[in-house]
Amino acid sequence: MKHTITAIVENKVGVLVRIAGLFSSRGFNIDSLNVGTTENPELSRLTLVVKGDAAVLEQVRKQLGKVIDVIKVTDITDKPYVERDLMLVKINVPPGKRGEVLEVVNIFRGKIVDVGPKDMIVELSGTEDKVEAMLELLRPYGIKETARTGQIAMIRGTK
Amino acid sequence: MTKTGAQTLIDTLLNEGVEYVFGLPGGVVLPLFDALYSSPLKFILTRHEQAAGHAADGFARATGKVGVCLVTSGPGATNLTTAIATAYMDSVPMVAITGQVKTNLIGSDAFQEADVMGITRPITKHSYLVKDLNDLPRIINEAFYIASTGRCGPVVIDLPVDITMNTTNSPRPEEIDLPGYKPRFHGNPRQIKLASEAINNSQRPVLYAGGGIILSGSSEELRQLAEKANIPVTTTLMGLGGFPETSPLSLGMLGMHGTCYANHSVQDSDLLIAVGSRFDDRVTGKIDEFAPHAKIIHIDIDPASISKNVKVDIPVVGDAKSILTELIKDVRFEERKEWFDKIDGWKKNYPLSYDNSGKDVKPQYVIEQIYEATKGDAIITTEVGQNQMWAAHYYKFTKPRTFISSGGLGTMGYGFPAAIGAQLGCPGKTVIDIAGDGSIQMNIQELATVVHHKLPVKIAILNNGYLGMVRQWQELFYNKRYSQTKLSNNPDFVKLAEAYGAKGFMVDNKKDVRPTIDEALSIKGPVVMDFRVAQEENVFPMVPAGQAINRMIGGMA
Repeated sequence: MKHTITAIVENKVGVLVRIAGLFSSRGFNIDSLNVGTTENPELSRLTLVVKGDAAVLEQVRKQLGKVIDVIKVTDITDKPYVERDLMLVKINVPPGKRGEVLEVVNIFRGKIVDVGPKDMIVELSGTEDKVEAMLELLRPYGIKETARTGQIAMIRGTK
Repeated sequence: MTKTGAQTLIDTLLNEGVEYVFGLPGGVVLPLFDALYSSPLKFILTRHEQAAGHAADGFARATGKVGVCLVTSGPGATNLTTAIATAYMDSVPMVAITGQVKTNLIGSDAFQEADVMGITRPITKHSYLVKDLNDLPRIINEAFYIASTGRCGPVVIDLPVDITMNTTNSPRPEEIDLPGYKPRFHGNPRQIKLASEAINNSQRPVLYAGGGIILSGSSEELRQLAEKANIPVTTTLMGLGGFPETSPLSLGMLGMHGTCYANHSVQDSDLLIAVGSRFDDRVTGKIDEFAPHAKIIHIDIDPASISKNVKVDIPVVGDAKSILTELIKDVRFEERKEWFDKIDGWKKNYPLSYDNSGKDVKPQYVIEQIYEATKGDAIITTEVGQNQMWAAHYYKFTKPRTFISSGGLGTMGYGFPAAIGAQLGCPGKTVIDIAGDGSIQMNIQELATVVHHKLPVKIAILNNGYLGMVRQWQELFYNKRYSQTKLSNNPDFVKLAEAYGAKGFMVDNKKDVRPTIDEALSIKGPVVMDFRVAQEENVFPMVPAGQAINRMIGGMA
């Protein structure tokens, strides 16, 4: 099963290497890993999507917690949370097909951020499912490139 | 006052109470060694960086203090990695300081540059690359704190040469700042209550104690718990000395080369109380069939050790000493006559034994004689392999920090340098490295170190002319195809010892074993004893890899 884990880490040199290295040396599989700064410049937030059974997930949480630079680890899978994946996709737009493509993009509330003579770049954010769904619909036109942040997530409400 | 980075390092180490530093100089650490030249720190110059690391490790295991080593960049640091990994696997508190090339050369493939942070990441508890001299005092303090608290382990400080040469008069505060590191000390009272209830309700309990007993200094609490609740105790290799093997409650060691009675007791138990142990594969054998009837209590400082290999019923996270102290209050004495009768039957029917009727010198006999000659009061270090297992079987350990051996990593070449550290840490003690003819040659150059520092370390080589443990496996599982295990060109160890300025004895006769040990012990300097032992003697009992631990071969009759 897929789990979404967030971790607050100290914004120090090498912290990402420690975490990535931990995952490879313990044989954990990461679907996606996102790191970004937080409101506190000394801290970063990591969002990990990991596949595994309960025992594997428990080890992932505990092993992450053992990394000295990791301050807090939360498995938010069973909590109410908001998740977003941001994607930039460059699509091939054959002559006469621009309208169709625009329609798909609008349905998903994507944004056209660049238009060229034969292609355009679309920006879309949403859950992973939504991003995947739009990608599927755009695939027949020819996808030239994609760039994705991987999932970021946050628990709803206040604690 | 203006100070150089080198001076800051030395002053901070002295503040930490460091007495000995083990290591070897080199290019980028010249400023550090220049500062050491006029400092009260005692530097132990080894002949190889790996030995410096093992010596710091042996010092730490013998004393409970943090072991410190200092080596140069590049090859100095890479030579140290085996020692760091050894300390990491056995949770030994160690601070390893490695020189690094100048800050502005890092990443340029400079002379003797290696990415030490990268190389040591999976084998350290934590690591630092010092980028600002003003952070150095805090980093050193944090390194010692991290190394010696929680589940202990090695910490690397990678120190660029320019940082050691720079001066500062305004270092930042030295206070530790580790928001992500809060090791839990006290156990959860509710879990302790559950554990004591399980103990009081059990018919066939077994205590399974590991190296955590030694590290937390809780062997006295373990003894009290075992005696108060009347529970037999088996220890892992790392736990040897954590419980007196002379006690009637002792089952000796369990696992692949465990005693028959320890393994049968674990397999038959209805409650297994693991303390400071981690269900290593050498202990559990086939994991699905390990202690099949037992409820499992696991007391450990490392939450990640809980349910890592075996599903645990009652986890208690915290320091073993603190938790055992609480647990003792709640348990009551139970006679468990049936259980102890059963165990006594196994002890009677399947004791540790070997055939000593022939003329040849049996390695087990040598260990027994060392035990008797030292009255069980020596610090024994070992190499890895048959010598290690025979030492574990035939020397009766009764006190913590008297058995020092590379358990997790299984590092051949560990025992001799570790003995150097142990001897310095415990100058009044007899320190003996029990070695094989294979493993002693992996750090034999340290004879120069013991002679140089006048350390009375004794080495007992159980010389069977083989890489014995591998040969044993080839005999048992590979149709006696002794591929690359015969050591046909061993040196004359007596002459070798003499070449270094140490004393050497060769023994190939049973009657000379004890007199030679007695003579060696009476000599104030280092001595090498070359015991020519039975060549194809095996370590029994033995559980073949991947089998349940009651499926032992040998030693059953």
